[in-house]
Amino acid sequence: MAEALLTVDHVKTYFDVTKGLFSKKQIVKAVDDVSFSIGEGETYGLVGESGCGKSTLGRTLVQIYPVTGGKIYYKGRDIDTLKKTDRKEFTREVQMIFQDPYASLNPRMTVGEIIKEPMEIHKILDTSQQREERAAELLKLVGLKPDHIRRYPHEFSGGQRQRISIARTLALNPRFIICDEPISALDVSIQAQIINLLKEIQSDLKISYLFVAHDLSMVNYISDRIGVMYLGHLVEEGTADQVYSSPLHPYTRALLSAVPIPDPDVAKARRKIHLEGELPTPLNPPAGCPFKGRCPSATEECGKVRPEMKDYGGHKVACFHAGPSH
Amino acid sequence: MTQTERQTEDLDDSMFVKLEDSEKDTEFIAMESKTYLRDAWDCFKRNRLALAGLIFLLFMIILAVLVPILSPYTYDSQNLDVRNALPSMAHPLGTDKLGRDILVRLMFGARISLLVGFVAAFLNLIIGVVYGGISGFVGGKTDMVMMRVIDCIYSIPSMLYVILIMMVFGSNIGSVLLGICVSSWIGMARQVRTQVQTLKQQEFALAAYVIGAGKLRILFKHLIINCMGPIIVSTTLMVPEAIFTESFLAFIGIGISLPQASWGTLASEARSVIQSYPLQIVWPVLAICLTVLSLNFIGDGVGEALDPKNRQEV
Repeated sequence: MAEALLTVDHVKTYFDVTKGLFSKKQIVKAVDDVSFSIGEGETYGLVGESGCGKSTLGRTLVQIYPVTGGKIYYKGRDIDTLKKTDRKEFTREVQMIFQDPYASLNPRMTVGEIIKEPMEIHKILDTSQQREERAAELLKLVGLKPDHIRRYPHEFSGGQRQRISIARTLALNPRFIICDEPISALDVSIQAQIINLLKEIQSDLKISYLFVAHDLSMVNYISDRIGVMYLGHLVEEGTADQVYSSPLHPYTRALLSAVPIPDPDVAKARRKIHLEGELPTPLNPPAGCPFKGRCPSATEECGKVRPEMKDYGGHKVACFHAGPSH
Repeated sequence: MTQTERQTEDLDDSMFVKLEDSEKDTEFIAMESKTYLRDAWDCFKRNRLALAGLIFLLFMIILAVLVPILSPYTYDSQNLDVRNALPSMAHPLGTDKLGRDILVRLMFGARISLLVGFVAAFLNLIIGVVYGGISGFVGGKTDMVMMRVIDCIYSIPSMLYVILIMMVFGSNIGSVLLGICVSSWIGMARQVRTQVQTLKQQEFALAAYVIGAGKLRILFKHLIINCMGPIIVSTTLMVPEAIFTESFLAFIGIGISLPQASWGTLASEARSVIQSYPLQIVWPVLAICLTVLSLNFIGDGVGEALDPKNRQEV
């Protein structure tokens, strides 16, 4: 791995959801003490079930939500203390693709205006004419027609809208793109198109991705490394191969056993792990290991202390009972 | 030979050639590309009542501008020889108790009434959108304070403001406007605030933030433009409301000072001779009725045109 482009260091994102003036303070720990780093040109997949904090983490990285604790470093600098010009550079280089292509485009702007807006804000290119040409170029790059430039978002399908969204992101020539479940609102045939588009763009422009998703097979396909989140915590991390073919954390094993397999004979032979219980609410997370309530191999120890991340040759896991020796 | 076999034989490899890129027309958009306003106008035109209202209003505005200029009479020239005359060639709508031409006075009144209506609506639009927009966008404590200020203003009856302002600043068009505007922008501000609060959580607003857009840009270019529909409708409906308020105030004797005339003062003057010359009160009342009615029709039409959910199928 090359030098880290973005480092997330013990980041916490908490939300105060106290209702009323005099009630007891209630805090949702959406992201709790997560650390990882992403190298230049690398794709880091972040998986976990709904509500585990992976989207919140993505949004924290682009400063939509403030960091409650910990630090985020971009190119070695803490993004919370950036000066004005550096911040401008940061917003230009770190971009985000959103989940819902129907909500992420302003319905009152034409496609051209949407793609030109980031260029206007960051004063990329000099004249409106040049920006228009660049917008047409970008549309072609993401597989749309340049003459779509005067149309409004509602005239496009979900997949096309996601392409527009990608074109808007690329208008800034970013170094790092956070993809917040960019394919979960699309149907399967379109999903593959968008994933391949993202891969092509990456190999052409050398962009790093943080790819947030809950579809493990897609994440395995696109990612170099994968992190698994559960209830705001990172529980396992490793290369895509390590995590996919030899998962260490019991939660990852359960997740993988739920991935659909197209061959029914293989699928039948596979042992499925059914998790008992529900995802605990992050409002009052349990002490100790976050997964202990649903874990088949939980012991007394798990209820007391939260297991630290242990490194087994680049494959990290936060579990007392996991590791190559177990 | 079964059917399946025959079908398989008919299909040779030459039928399976990849399409050229130029031949692919995967997702062709058939709909004619229209801008939002163009689309709204097309829908508005289909609404006959609204269109009739618009035509009447334009006609009224043209008359209000032209009649006092072209007529040989002025709004305050008295001719005591032709008091309370019935409509004739010289005075199309007759004259009042001081022999003033009613048509000229009515059209002069139209200037004042329409001016009050449009300016009041415009001021409401500006104040309400800016205040509500900021309150909803900033949120938190700022929002709370701004909303409590609104509650305070709202807790005093608007008629009281009007009367107090008239007493302090005198009876002129400015104080009428001020009086009407003091509290009527509140509805607009509340409406805009609610809309902005909902919209700012939408992903396109977050996307604007992520590409580095400033607060003002997000507020106006992304949020407020998306609640323009309901805003325009309330503004359109604000015009007849203001005209109504002004007429009412003038009728009970607060408002534009004589011998200037708004429709309300004309009605008030005609009231004193209603027993002997009932026709005189018909004109101002008719003018108020038709104008307010057509403005309401326009408001409905605009609402329907700007909000696709309200559209009647054609």
